[in-house]
Amino acid sequence: MNFGFTPEQELLRDQVRRFLDDNCALPEVRRIMKSAQGYEQGHWQQMAELGWLGLIINESDGGVGLNWVDLVVVLEEMGRSLYPGPYLSTLCFTAALIDITDSHTQKTLLPGIAEGKIKGSLALLDRPGDPHVDNISLEAITTGEGVFLSGSKPFVHDCGSADYFLVAYRQAQDFYLALLDANDPSLERSHSATMDFTKRTGKLTFDNLDISNAPRFKVSEHQINRLFDIGAVGVAAEMIGAAEAVLAITTTYAQDRIQFGHAIGKYQGVKHRLAEMYVDIESFKSLVYYAAWTITDSAEELSRSASLAKAFASDAFAAIGIDAVQLHGAIGFTQEYDIQLYLKRSKWSRASFGNADFHYEKIIEQKQNSQGI
Amino acid sequence: MDFEYTQSEQNFRSEVRQFLDENLPAATDKGPVFMKHWLKKVREKRWVGFSWPKSVGGGGGNIMEQVILKEEMSARKAPPLGTCMMGLAWVGPGIIQYGTEEQKERFLPDILDSKYHWCTGYSEPNVGSDLAALQCKATRDRDEYIINGTKIWTSLAPFASWISMLVRTDNFGETDNKHDGITALLVDLSTQGIDIKPIENMAGGKVFAQIFFDNVRVPIKNRLGEEGNGWAVTISSLANERSSIGEVAGLYTKLEKLTDLLSTSKWNGQAAITDKKIRRTLGRFEAKIEAMRLNGLRYLTKQIKGEPLSSETSVNKLHRAELEVEMGDFAVEKLGEAGLQLRNQEDAVRTGYWATDSLNWPTVVIGGGTPNIQKNIIAERILGLPKD
Repeated sequence: MNFGFTPEQELLRDQVRRFLDDNCALPEVRRIMKSAQGYEQGHWQQMAELGWLGLIINESDGGVGLNWVDLVVVLEEMGRSLYPGPYLSTLCFTAALIDITDSHTQKTLLPGIAEGKIKGSLALLDRPGDPHVDNISLEAITTGEGVFLSGSKPFVHDCGSADYFLVAYRQAQDFYLALLDANDPSLERSHSATMDFTKRTGKLTFDNLDISNAPRFKVSEHQINRLFDIGAVGVAAEMIGAAEAVLAITTTYAQDRIQFGHAIGKYQGVKHRLAEMYVDIESFKSLVYYAAWTITDSAEELSRSASLAKAFASDAFAAIGIDAVQLHGAIGFTQEYDIQLYLKRSKWSRASFGNADFHYEKIIEQKQNSQGI
Repeated sequence: MDFEYTQSEQNFRSEVRQFLDENLPAATDKGPVFMKHWLKKVREKRWVGFSWPKSVGGGGGNIMEQVILKEEMSARKAPPLGTCMMGLAWVGPGIIQYGTEEQKERFLPDILDSKYHWCTGYSEPNVGSDLAALQCKATRDRDEYIINGTKIWTSLAPFASWISMLVRTDNFGETDNKHDGITALLVDLSTQGIDIKPIENMAGGKVFAQIFFDNVRVPIKNRLGEEGNGWAVTISSLANERSSIGEVAGLYTKLEKLTDLLSTSKWNGQAAITDKKIRRTLGRFEAKIEAMRLNGLRYLTKQIKGEPLSSETSVNKLHRAELEVEMGDFAVEKLGEAGLQLRNQEDAVRTGYWATDSLNWPTVVIGGGTPNIQKNIIAERILGLPKD
């Protein structure tokens, strides 16, 4: 029994922490998030050399051969720093490649991902809503001339910087993922920042796009749900670090800010809210760690554990973001001050891979299905 | 991370399961005859006081064995391992750490044998959260202390034979050195001059009391630890933190009951559980209970590594306090006016279980430190915010 990290994982955490402190502190984050491409290629190459891009890729495919518990450490620290770049999206893409595609595709792409030469993203949903297969409605039309997609995939993470997409569609009664090359000129894509400028998004548009030459993989509903769950765990892992940063910044402010002759952190109206933030963060941290462990070690528990983690984290971090700005008073409302960057991140994180409404409903629904209540 | 158990841990789990198969009948009748047999059996296994050293009659179970024993007992909803709750949880560990050999021989076997109840005397009418300001005093008269004062909200006092209590033996009326001059005494509640007045709580129970001490003479051999060192004695026994495994199992059982209630209760002609908001709330309860379970496992991991636990245990106390209040209140709200009917009242739902539950939470929420105090602890000791 050991619900903690190994010394190696703690070393990895220190390494990520040092790298981000040295190379990607908040002034640098602000510079990058205003840039056109939204990430720094130099950092990406360094991260490849450090092995973080191939963390969950097998050594035979050029990776490090670790698992999601190790990844959580990296994601937590990236969240803490608001690291701007397509790490999480490429990671979800990588997980899908490993889970779903054939070994030829894996041999073609995984080494490139580990080396930092290939980035990818998932394009699963095509109508606004929850991460649910019902929201994959794009239908492939097969004719004598090929297999054609017409429609769009909005809100594709890091759409502008990806080199490949895995696009979900339906054909007859089945679901498929098509591996599309982002540089195919007939694939139309747009990209933009979100309210959280460290997180980029975009839209893929298919105008009778022939995908008959693209690798295509039939997937079960269960496999797609697993990708949704993995994404939820990834986002929630970033939320841990980001929420801890909010608590640290706000605690320091409460220690330094003097009103009525005392540091405001002496007053229970302030200190109790900070204590509640600590309670919530500690708790969704436990839920996320466990969910990350289930991805590789207890797959049948993943759906429930991922939803518990993402639901708790979504409600808690959203409230933490708002209250942290409020506890700062007017200065928290300025562009210059960093706390607002985290408020924006909390809103991005909540919306990404399902909010608390969705995940709580999913937990109860699955319980009803399995127990017949 | 690894959630595996070692071979010897698995063997111990099998041993517990086998014992339960043999000694815990499925039948609902667990009356006094059964309880007497049960207590004798678990005592023979040395599972009463399982965490206590073997030298004092305990089980000497290591931390993982303690966890496994609790898990298995909770899973089968087994009766308690010994009925002297206060003695096992607080008084016994204090005596083991600070008691004289004579005190150990006199008190510990009785606690393990569930002979009588103990209670603990901390709060006073004007002393609650600020416990160190206590005023109940004891003065020395040769080889005796003479206690004058009162203790209140003393749980189990109406049924207890002994009290482990804090009295002031020095620094009367001081505010600066209030932690000094406190002494812990073990007092026979049948001593002359003691008057126990049960207090009825809002749920109708009479489990706590006010105790009046009028020139109560206690031999100094009943002092626990040194004179004036009572604060340290208390803190270390409060620091004897229990893992939250028992609580988590209890809360999961309660959530099952609540889910079952809402699945079978109709509201506007529909099963209540079809309502989106109700489902969301049930999900939120589940997330909080699961977070408690997993927080507990993280703290357990620290303990296994030999790192002492400190203020982080306030996290689960706060969750539990919230859940105990909210779950009962939620049930009663969703039942409408039927939820207000107590046992024996007309149209009571599930014999008034939820109605009573919605009034009983202060036992858990206030006893052992209010939520406000837990938040102070986290804010000051973990986050480093200034004391107020």
